[in-house]
Amino acid sequence: MSGSEFVPLSLVPMLIGICVAVACALPGNFLLLRRQALIGDAISHVVLPGIVVAFLITGAATTWPMLLGAAAAAVVAVMAIEAIRRLGRIEPGAAMGVVFTAMFAAGVLLLEQSDTSNVHLDVEHALYGNLESLIWLDATGWHSLADPAALAHLPVELPRMALTLLAEALFVALLWRPLKISTFDERFARTIGIATGPLGLALVVVSAIAAVAAFDAVGSIIVIAMFICPPATARLITNDLGHQVVWSVGFAALAAVLGYVLAGYGPLWLGYHSSVSAAGMIATVSGAMLALAAVFGRHRHRTGDGAAL
Amino acid sequence: MIRDALLFQLGYNATLVTLGAMLLGMAAGVGGTFLFLRKRALVSDAISHATLPGVGLAFMVMVAFGGDGRNLIGLLGGAAVSAALGLLGVAWLASRTRLAEDAAIGAVLSVFFGFGVVLLTMIQTMSAGQQAGLEGFLLGSTAGMLRSDAMIIAGAAALTLGLVLALRRPLTLAAFDPGFAASTGLNVARTDLAMMGLVLAVTVVGLKIVGLILIVALLIIPPVTARFWTERTDHVVVLSGVFGGGAAYLGAAFSAALPDLPTGPIIVLVGFAIFAVSLLLAPQRGVLSAVLRHRMFQRRVHLRQGLLALAQGQPIYEPLTLRLLRREGLALPDGVATPAGRARAGKALLDETRWQLVRQDPSFEAAAAHYDGLTPIETVLTVDQLDEIDQRLPQPHEVSRP
Repeated sequence: MSGSEFVPLSLVPMLIGICVAVACALPGNFLLLRRQALIGDAISHVVLPGIVVAFLITGAATTWPMLLGAAAAAVVAVMAIEAIRRLGRIEPGAAMGVVFTAMFAAGVLLLEQSDTSNVHLDVEHALYGNLESLIWLDATGWHSLADPAALAHLPVELPRMALTLLAEALFVALLWRPLKISTFDERFARTIGIATGPLGLALVVVSAIAAVAAFDAVGSIIVIAMFICPPATARLITNDLGHQVVWSVGFAALAAVLGYVLAGYGPLWLGYHSSVSAAGMIATVSGAMLALAAVFGRHRHRTGDGAAL
Repeated sequence: MIRDALLFQLGYNATLVTLGAMLLGMAAGVGGTFLFLRKRALVSDAISHATLPGVGLAFMVMVAFGGDGRNLIGLLGGAAVSAALGLLGVAWLASRTRLAEDAAIGAVLSVFFGFGVVLLTMIQTMSAGQQAGLEGFLLGSTAGMLRSDAMIIAGAAALTLGLVLALRRPLTLAAFDPGFAASTGLNVARTDLAMMGLVLAVTVVGLKIVGLILIVALLIIPPVTARFWTERTDHVVVLSGVFGGGAAYLGAAFSAALPDLPTGPIIVLVGFAIFAVSLLLAPQRGVLSAVLRHRMFQRRVHLRQGLLALAQGQPIYEPLTLRLLRREGLALPDGVATPAGRARAGKALLDETRWQLVRQDPSFEAAAAHYDGLTPIETVLTVDQLDEIDQRLPQPHEVSRP
């Protein structure tokens, strides 16, 4: 395929897919080890009411109010889950289930009740986004990457996702040691003076930022898959946290590229004439990787299981 | 209009759907209780999302064999098969690999759902797929439902409810105390399997009414709500069924009566409203009663400490203590005891002194365990025991003159 076709149509969605996948996989590693893997699931459901409320207040589908609305909804959800868990003495899984379904239901209802016919806002879009539509029409080939006029019309999602990815990477890199210690041994972390409470909250907030930024571009299904599948895959092939994070980043990027290519061109190879959902395909590919690791991974068994040797 | 819907006056189809939703809500409430008590509420989320590829594949297979593709039994059958595969996937990942159950749930949920979305986009491009209406399975759609479909759903919901009720005893036993259940000869693994089978049935039957994203709410919210009202497992089961059935009935009726109210979200929100009321107002575990209990306890402690201070002639600085004493007529605004206050203070001091003697004597160990600084000692010791203690009280004696 020539650059004149690839650059405007496929390069940007692919890059956005990679950024989303990696930005979610980074905090996902720690959520996985802390048994908070489903936080990503909960957050990606609750941003819907936040976005709808932001839309109803501003009356336009603009980026920043929606991001703020989504972030506010995520914060409300985390607080509500904590409140219900403590006040009602209910196990966290059930508290989460109560909050995210109720908020998602509220979001759907608001959406159905309000007139959103003139903007691109519906439940299907929220669930599986539209990665394929983020094309860069001003590009004419590889040389456009050096052309300021064309670069000015890059889809805004790409720099935003790149920035999010940078923030996630900085968070993990700067707080590597405290994160690592508090994930594996929270009590020891407290004795050496790490504020484990605020750190845990920061991790949830950072995950929420990744989920919210990604949600806008690609829908919630990739977000949930990328929070869990690449870290889980990496977890099954290594015992070292550093290696796990590196592998998970690799798997996330690979899933994004492979999923995008398969969605765009796979059906053509099979004789169909149109592509399938890239978001769905990326999630599927990451699941296939996890399945392979679950069958063949070197460290797939719990340590202490006789079968591990 | 709403009244008509609530009284089943909106036509045969709407009535069937409302009845079906109510039966389904009851089945989900009862079945979800066991899931909740086993602390596995979110497994249902994986099951429900895993139905999507089954729906898509069933549609494609039916079209490939020259069928309509929209046959509800075929679609629900496909959903059941792929949901069962998803459930197996969760169980396999959680038991055979080092991944925890929550990671297994999230992985299965997102991957199956993602694959289902891929299939949906393929179906949209098929010539038969344009009006397949499979998106209705995401959030449920009961508007314009075929009569045959409505009858299937109502019948299946009734069947599921019957199954849940038939399996109630072993499920309760296994959910409440798995160890004890195993010792009575119950096969807990098989009971768990039956529980998951029920959850799967509820999910599949609920696809068309509530939709696969929100069906978990029907399994989670009613048991959590019921738990606020009672400490007994069998009561939680019954109440959860009532709350689930009530929410589904009200939600389905509102949705049938008013425009632009999708059934699934309305049912979930009605359920959440019942939950919120319970969280606030439940008699024992509710927030309001907890706050009131805390306040009452606080006042008793302050009053007691204030009386002891009065008895020993110590000044009181704590404003709440002073206010409570004044309101009870036990002290004047400047902290000086009234006659009634002196009487009560003397009583409190006597009580406290007796307690101290009891707590020093090992032979009163059992009684001393009741000491909390508030309980009057007469409620713990017999009159004879009190006499024995009083023998040891310091006796008043004359102050010798210098």
